[in-house]
Amino acid sequence: MAAPLTVVLIVAVTVRACLFRSSLADLIAERVEVVSPLNAWKRVVEGLALLDLGVSPYSGDVFHETPLIIYLFHFLVDYAEITFMVSSLSSHIVLYCLLLSLIVTSCCLFVDRYLLNPFTVLSCVAKSTCGLNNAIVALFILSTIKKNALLSAIFLALSTYQSIYPVTLCAPAVLYLLQRQYIPVNVRWASFWWFLLQYAFMYLGSLFVIICLSFFLLGSWDYLPSVYGFILSVPDLTPNIGLFWYFFAEMFEHFRLFFLCVFQINVFFYTIPLSIKLKEHPVFLIFMQLAVISIFKSYPTVGDIALYMSFLPVWSHLHRFLRNIFLVSCVLLACSALFPVLWHLWIYSGSANSNFYYAITLLFNVAQILLVSDYFYAFLRREHHLTYGLYLKRKDGSEATLVLK
Amino acid sequence: MGLLSDPNRRRALINLLTRLNAPICAVCYIAGVAWFMGLAFEPFTLRTYMSENAMGSTMVEERFPAGERALATGREFAAHKKRAGGMPVDWLVKTMQSRGLEVFTQKFSRTLPFPDENKERYMVKGTNVYGILRAPRAPRTEALVLTAPCSPGDDNNQAVGLLLGLAQYFRNQIYWAKDIIFLVNEHDLIGMQAWLEGYHHTNTTGIDWSPLQGRGGSIQAALSLELSSDIITSLDLVLEGLNGQLPNLDLANLFYAFCQKIGVTCTIQGKLQRNDWDSVSGYSHAVQTMMLMVMKQASGRPWGDHGLFLRYHIEAATIKGINSFRQYKTDVTTVGRLLEGMYRKLNNLLERLHQSYFFYLMPSLSHFVSIGYYMPAFGLLAVILLLRALDLWVQLATPPVRTEDGIADLEQVTHSPPTIKLIPKETIPEVLSVLTPLVISHLTGAALYFFPIQFQATAVEHFPVSESEAVVLTAIAIYTAGLALPHNTHRYILTPDWRVLKLIAVLYMAVLLGCTALINFSLGFILALTLVPMAAFITPHRPKVLSAFIMVILSPACTLLFLVFFFQDLQEIPVSFEDGWMLFLSVISQGILDHSLYGSLVYPLIALMVYPCWLLFWNILFWK
Repeated sequence: MAAPLTVVLIVAVTVRACLFRSSLADLIAERVEVVSPLNAWKRVVEGLALLDLGVSPYSGDVFHETPLIIYLFHFLVDYAEITFMVSSLSSHIVLYCLLLSLIVTSCCLFVDRYLLNPFTVLSCVAKSTCGLNNAIVALFILSTIKKNALLSAIFLALSTYQSIYPVTLCAPAVLYLLQRQYIPVNVRWASFWWFLLQYAFMYLGSLFVIICLSFFLLGSWDYLPSVYGFILSVPDLTPNIGLFWYFFAEMFEHFRLFFLCVFQINVFFYTIPLSIKLKEHPVFLIFMQLAVISIFKSYPTVGDIALYMSFLPVWSHLHRFLRNIFLVSCVLLACSALFPVLWHLWIYSGSANSNFYYAITLLFNVAQILLVSDYFYAFLRREHHLTYGLYLKRKDGSEATLVLK
Repeated sequence: MGLLSDPNRRRALINLLTRLNAPICAVCYIAGVAWFMGLAFEPFTLRTYMSENAMGSTMVEERFPAGERALATGREFAAHKKRAGGMPVDWLVKTMQSRGLEVFTQKFSRTLPFPDENKERYMVKGTNVYGILRAPRAPRTEALVLTAPCSPGDDNNQAVGLLLGLAQYFRNQIYWAKDIIFLVNEHDLIGMQAWLEGYHHTNTTGIDWSPLQGRGGSIQAALSLELSSDIITSLDLVLEGLNGQLPNLDLANLFYAFCQKIGVTCTIQGKLQRNDWDSVSGYSHAVQTMMLMVMKQASGRPWGDHGLFLRYHIEAATIKGINSFRQYKTDVTTVGRLLEGMYRKLNNLLERLHQSYFFYLMPSLSHFVSIGYYMPAFGLLAVILLLRALDLWVQLATPPVRTEDGIADLEQVTHSPPTIKLIPKETIPEVLSVLTPLVISHLTGAALYFFPIQFQATAVEHFPVSESEAVVLTAIAIYTAGLALPHNTHRYILTPDWRVLKLIAVLYMAVLLGCTALINFSLGFILALTLVPMAAFITPHRPKVLSAFIMVILSPACTLLFLVFFFQDLQEIPVSFEDGWMLFLSVISQGILDHSLYGSLVYPLIALMVYPCWLLFWNILFWK
């Protein structure tokens, strides 16, 4: 098992090293699909420069990373390329371990999905800090699966601190840990409440520690509005592959707050119905949550998509129930090629306009939603067959087909 | 969504699409071609109309009187040009200064990658002279440009004369709200490239130029003027720019409106407008005009000095004076009045030209076809590829594990030998082994892109050819050598199924052509016209020799060869086969030069993407 992993690692490092040295790196680092205002390396460098000058990095409207990241790069700025490579390698290894523990019949060919995924490569070469966030989320999932509640809570707190949205992952984590400790999800059980309290205490405690640590590092609370306010109120409408920018660019100012709530609620709201439906299957719930976050978050990049796509091989047993996988993969492929083309037409030649680009963004997101809902359907379908048997009969004995309506 | 979730309806649809795949593809192809031919039919097109308010309703009066004096200046310019043996820089500077302009010069030099035999140049050195008329009416934040090339020989002297005459006349008017820049550029497009890069402080093509000493505001629009005789019979409008980019349609509308107002005969693609659209000859005239535009656009080269402005968001067109045997004669004063009118309207612009279309085809100067009307023609061709891909997918998934409803498949699986169950898992190694032909054909493409220029010196040493011949012949040699590939790649291919490769190749071609058609519709459409039928029906089971012959005929290089003949035919200068072949060679060398001089994307697109894609299908044909 180690040999293919080593080969994949070597190939991936070579590809990244070549791209870092080539002239393409600058081009990729400018692409709006790959970097967002939150995680662009250019902005991190700007923040570092401000920090070196003794000015608060948040004083302008350029830097929106968290204080821990900027202090991390304060020491590592000369080794940035290696840091990003290591972060993407480590998240790959973590995901690899994860897949090994999840898939009974391991299929080694699948696991190069994260590291050799072009989206990950682009994100890494652009030095988008999204790679670091992905590594933290991967570590969180691994520690959850390994039944380590403390580490799980700490990594969840870290990833929440990085970009708020992963907070919704606490539901699957708690469900999984409960399941492994044979505690039923029942409000009347004292041990249920006790565990919930424990986890909440660990989570909130580590979040509190991290936030206070940032405060003491920086000496001010500047970063709260500049990072979390920036994520939640979406003031930067630079086009990206998400759904926010076009709507909020077109919208009248007095509707802004209302629609902001509507848009942001999307990320958080699906947690409730999904956790009720999937409370027996927290790992699948994690996958669904990651996908929902990467589709509905305010500044999505291709790095986020790569994270949840790397989970697809875990569900290879669902493939026979998937219905639209061909359509969806064609659309995703075409959209990925059309993004740069329409960007070129809009920004450089000036002959197309933002509607062209947004149309592709919409299509891309519709394809992602179709993909996720297809997997969800396949999962439920499989559950149905596990309960009722593979060959469904009608009451009169004839063959029945399942229809989703 | 009912269609996507109801298994019965899905199965019915997929059955229909797979069973009737070939007829549907044929119908789509015919419909696509018919749609495209229908675009030139006048009732299906829209009349051009002025969308920009600032240019529409405002009245301007044209009073330019000094045509004769402009011609005299032109003659003086010609004399000085002959004496200086090139651009008479000092005389131009003095003359522009005496007309009250701020005059600056820019020196540039460029060594071509290999000698250009059409224009006989290799190491190019030149000077651009330009004068700025500062706007008296407004803060000088915007500018308009009028250029005339200083061509070798006796060409374009009248254009320079008229440019200087207009400069003098404009200088005395008080209504200018935008700076007007009068530019005389040497070595046509190379000089233009140097000036534009200098003006915008960019350097994308590695040309050496001295920085500009004076600048106006941001340029809103530009016109390039080509006049070679004292009296003209008609004015021709050239729109096609670099990479098939077109200026905003309002610029064409403006030209047409003024030609109508002043009563000058105007043409597009050198073709007069006809009113008998309902007759066969009238329709074929419109088709010819549109086909000329399509082919010029597909070539991706700038067809006039305006072509390079477009990539800087500057709307630009070239106006060419033509002197033929028609009876309507127009003198230079009238042309001057026309230009005055156009500049006054452009002067009224409040924002950049953006109201009208950027994607259009023109079957005549008064009618146009917009993107919404012509894209379906391409869409019908592209859908063939998607249908084939769907068909292959269904075949590959037989027993149809993924595309169909889960139940039916499982039954088949249980009744069939256990090996079939593994098919979905085996597709993954198949996908990996398909990488071999993909990588090899792309390496061939990369060789086609890099080697001709890299190895021209070696080729010239060993063979009795000139540099530009060496480049072109190397390119053709590599192109032909690529045809021998299938015999080499086969050894490394482990996959038992050619359909995986074909599925990937078909999807690749669909995405490639789609992206090309968005940037340059004409190029995408012409490529689709030849490549799609080839891609749709190539399998290893066809008769080898015949299919190979058809594939070569439909390959990009042969398409180019046919287009050369077709283009000459449409321009009413038919050529013999030998001349056509020479023209074909020079077109290739021009394509390579355009890429390295101005950054045209057609050559790299063909070499790095289209040709490897075609090679994949060639591989499929010779699958063992």
